[in-house]
Amino acid sequence: MDHGILGYATYLPGHRLPFHELRAQLGLGGDGSRVIASYDEDSTTMGVEAARRAVNQGPRPPARPAAIYFATTTPPYLDKTNAAAIHAALDLGHEGFAVDMAGSARSGFGALSAAAHGGGLAVLSDVRTGLPTSAEERGGADAAAAFLFGPADEAAVEIVAAAATTAEFLDRWRLPGEPASHQWEERFGVEVYMPLIREAVGQVRAQAGDAEPDHVVISSAHVRTAATAAKELGARAPALSLGYAGAADLGLRLAAALDEAQPGQTILVVSAVDGCDAVMLRVREPIGQARRGLPVARQLEGGREVTYAQYLMWRGLLDREPPRRPEPERPAAPPAARAEAWKFAFVGSACQQCGQVHVPPRRVCVSCGSVDHMERRPLADQQGTIATYTVDHLAFSPSPPMIDAVVDFEGGGRYTLEVADASPDEVDIGTRLALTFRKLYTTGGVHNYFWKARPI
Amino acid sequence: MASHGIKDQVAIVGMGCTQFGERWDRSADDLLVDATQECFASTPSITKEDVDAYWLGTLSSGQSGLVLSQPLGIDYKPVTRVENFCATGSEAFRNACYAVACGAYDVVMAVGVEKLKDSGYSGLVTAGRGAGDGTDPGATQTAPAAFSLLDPAYCSKYSVDRGDMREAMTHVAWKNHANGALNPRAQFRSEVPKEKISAAAGKVAGRLGVFDCSGVSDGSAAALIVRAEDAYTYTDRPMFVKALSMVAGPASGPIDPSYDYTTFHEVTHCAQDAYRQAGIDRPREQISLAEVHDCFTPTELVLMEDLGFSERGQAWRDELDGTFNLDGKLPVNPDGGLKSFGHPIGASGLRMLFECWLQFRGEAGDRQLEDPQLGMTHNLGGRPGGCVSFISIVGAEQDG
Repeated sequence: MDHGILGYATYLPGHRLPFHELRAQLGLGGDGSRVIASYDEDSTTMGVEAARRAVNQGPRPPARPAAIYFATTTPPYLDKTNAAAIHAALDLGHEGFAVDMAGSARSGFGALSAAAHGGGLAVLSDVRTGLPTSAEERGGADAAAAFLFGPADEAAVEIVAAAATTAEFLDRWRLPGEPASHQWEERFGVEVYMPLIREAVGQVRAQAGDAEPDHVVISSAHVRTAATAAKELGARAPALSLGYAGAADLGLRLAAALDEAQPGQTILVVSAVDGCDAVMLRVREPIGQARRGLPVARQLEGGREVTYAQYLMWRGLLDREPPRRPEPERPAAPPAARAEAWKFAFVGSACQQCGQVHVPPRRVCVSCGSVDHMERRPLADQQGTIATYTVDHLAFSPSPPMIDAVVDFEGGGRYTLEVADASPDEVDIGTRLALTFRKLYTTGGVHNYFWKARPI
Repeated sequence: MASHGIKDQVAIVGMGCTQFGERWDRSADDLLVDATQECFASTPSITKEDVDAYWLGTLSSGQSGLVLSQPLGIDYKPVTRVENFCATGSEAFRNACYAVACGAYDVVMAVGVEKLKDSGYSGLVTAGRGAGDGTDPGATQTAPAAFSLLDPAYCSKYSVDRGDMREAMTHVAWKNHANGALNPRAQFRSEVPKEKISAAAGKVAGRLGVFDCSGVSDGSAAALIVRAEDAYTYTDRPMFVKALSMVAGPASGPIDPSYDYTTFHEVTHCAQDAYRQAGIDRPREQISLAEVHDCFTPTELVLMEDLGFSERGQAWRDELDGTFNLDGKLPVNPDGGLKSFGHPIGASGLRMLFECWLQFRGEAGDRQLEDPQLGMTHNLGGRPGGCVSFISIVGAEQDG
């Protein structure tokens, strides 16, 4: 592991399932809430949001990672590489490597390990759904984290030591197509996990010179194991009120630790999934500029509460009456491929004669009429204001009503976009918006990824 | 470059128009037969055998001239199917007029038809533009949503109180329903109280409610066209064509921040062209009635300004003052308009001409205006920021 962390960012969706909804609908006790992805988010879109923060909010010009490792237990596509959409959204052209590490939650550590060995971007993202009344329904979280790895001498976080153990046993599993996972009796798992953790952690601490780490990060779907390990390893009480985020969980907890850690401090990272991955990290001076986007704790604050019924419909666990409109056609492969930079990275064109900005890019300038005098103009990070807007109650939408806004971008360019993460009373002429990568709808077995705008 | 027009070179000598509405009992073929049979019946000296060529307008009820030639049993004549969004019927009429004016044919027929209510959906649903890259907002945004964008933009630009604007939209709906109540062929034939219109606002898109939207209908209409000098051999009351204008714009409004969503640039260009062809310089005074494209209530408001009937920022006031009522200075949509007559796309442009035809002949019943001389039909296809616009000016008399 000759590379270290240059920068990192996380993305927590803005919606919350409050537990008073579970109390009202299911008779379950408890306070608080869990983080949930909106209906238009999946592991790819959340991964894009984390990745673009990690890459674009660092030093200019933005890094162009030569490899993207995408980890999730909920890949939106099989057979097709989901990391390619993240690669496209980062406007990386056709250069470099992109691969999915999908299936088990250990993929999260796998992506970090791969990027640590060869450099590149590890994107960890997941949507964790449990069946109604289950512990995971309440105790899961939907989120993403991205870590940019580069040469160790420039890194803000260096890897001091690493060790792994592996065992075959039945603790948590899910058949392809199932909406939620199964778990064996919890008392069995902790008995198997603890020796695996002790072995890996012992190796790492021996390599690192047996000094006490300043921080301990523990990630495991097995709640009892995580609590037992925390006690044994002297982890401070879990300050993070974030549920288990699957393949993204380790990334979220590591990011939360890095949000707080001081240069010179060490972090022991323990991830227990079908074995144990243990790593000792040391934080270095450039940690300030490695922190990109908002800290995890800040993103946990607030949130938009949804009803339990709404949540179930968003996750596909409750079918709603379809709108009396035909489904839009699925995006066609050739036009989507031709429009790759536009559709996935929101790249327009600017007229070299008069400066008019066009989204989507076009060959004939709408202002001066010049033909084929255009240069590319990426607008994904540009903010805009609403010129006019509407709330469409009849439009085909997975979660009506659909809010549409005509958005004028700073520096030029206009497009009509759906407004995400907002209610109708939050939009008006002049409202300021930023772009966010979302899934407009899924028809004909194809996810239609594109950009929406959300109030700042 | 010029748009010379064909003022007083051709005339309509016969027309037919079906009842518009949810015609569960009628196929598109039936509607075509009904409209053309009525058209022939209105001018007994012309039979199917006398028609030299046909133009058929339909947006989505079929493709090719066979859509008309098959149900009518047309024996080996040219039949051209045209399409230009919601201005499709007008486009059929325009091309038919030119064919006569240039001398290619003596007698032609323009027909429009649309069968929308077999789709199973309550709103306008047509075949898409073909699968694209999935980024076109038009793939999901409904037509009422697209036109509702005019409302906040108009209020903001002219500092119109949103309540006043809503009242003006309500007035447009109320007026066109009241007119439609007097029209036996209209889809909706009852007056709707303003309170009921207001109460339904906001349930469709933006501040639009169901009463702000045109009827989704089945229907057909037809016109027979001959050279003006031959017109009186077929009827004692022909309707003369004074101007025909069609404009398609660059459709750049949705991507160009200089467009402000309070006007249709296509319509202002189209109106200038049509007025010049017809020799009109004071449209509000000179035009006796206007059938305009009131697909949604804010559309009619904006059109009053684009057509030069109202000053910019004043149409809402003029509507509330009753200027465009049936008994107002310039009656707009005396037949009920798209709003209550209904909007079977391919037929609507010809339906507008049908009201002018009835008014000039004194056959408009309870809607009859006193001595109308010039009529306008305005047809629009597309959305704010990118549309096609058609205008015809027709007259009761040939200019001396």
